[in-house]
Amino acid sequence: MNKPRIGVVAFPGSNDDRDALHALEALGAEAVAVWHAEERLPDVAGVVLPGGFSYGDYLRCGAIARFSPAMRAVSEFAADGGPVLGICNGFQILCEAGLLPGALRPNASLSFVCRDVDLRVERTDTPFTALCEPDQILTIPIKHGEGCWFADDGLLAELEANGQIVLRYEVNPNGSVADVAGVVNADGNVMGLMPHPEHAVDPLLGSTDGALILSGLLAAARDRTVVEARV
Amino acid sequence: MRATVLVRPKPGILDPQGQAVESSLRQLGFPVGDARVGRVVDLEVESADPATARAEVERMCEQLLANPLIESYEIELEGAS
Repeated sequence: MNKPRIGVVAFPGSNDDRDALHALEALGAEAVAVWHAEERLPDVAGVVLPGGFSYGDYLRCGAIARFSPAMRAVSEFAADGGPVLGICNGFQILCEAGLLPGALRPNASLSFVCRDVDLRVERTDTPFTALCEPDQILTIPIKHGEGCWFADDGLLAELEANGQIVLRYEVNPNGSVADVAGVVNADGNVMGLMPHPEHAVDPLLGSTDGALILSGLLAAARDRTVVEARV
Repeated sequence: MRATVLVRPKPGILDPQGQAVESSLRQLGFPVGDARVGRVVDLEVESADPATARAEVERMCEQLLANPLIESYEIELEGAS
């Protein structure tokens, strides 16, 4: 089986990029670090925007990172149907860039929350959750101060109707509207989530449920590589 | 021309920072309610024409300074009414 190439974009202030590279490699990808100043993505079939505090979270989380040259390339890649997964700060960046709906606000508790949480899989017909069972409960750690996802009533109703809410917290840790932990775009090829699947791929660290999400990305990237090879 | 942009969490948006400030002020003995915490951006714009300057700052707000989904903004121009 071919090794799909996945790019992990590192911004100034990213701090989970190496974990993401390590987890993707462990799951069978060829993971490539992409510096945010790159105007073109290397030849990759999937992209991860990792967690961290890009640009010191100045102004709003993710608000500055979306102007990075690499983000223009990521937008083009996503518009072309390429699978993009944003984790934590990556989710915040995708929302600020308008690639995902909603916005992330400071946790209702104002506390930084760092622990394992249980997530319910609401949809299994996205590339990222295709390996999960319907209603499966995944245990994956969160670690964030601003993970309170917000959408107004109109937007939330639209997303619910479109089935764009993919993961929900079993017990809401941050005040997120409708317990939302992860969403996809309308086309289903861009997903963002606050929990960190890259921290849950090795039994040594507890859960391996994160591997299901990352392996879903790998499978989508593999499909894309095969399609491209045929062209 | 100098412009000041006031960015606030929209009404109805949970503002835990405002809540924390309110409870701290109450601990100091100030009987306050409904505190909200926003952000101020002061900047210099090239245009000397108030209407042009305002239109430009509005675009800045929509594109970067505020997130229209969760924040409202107010623009003040120096010397303009």
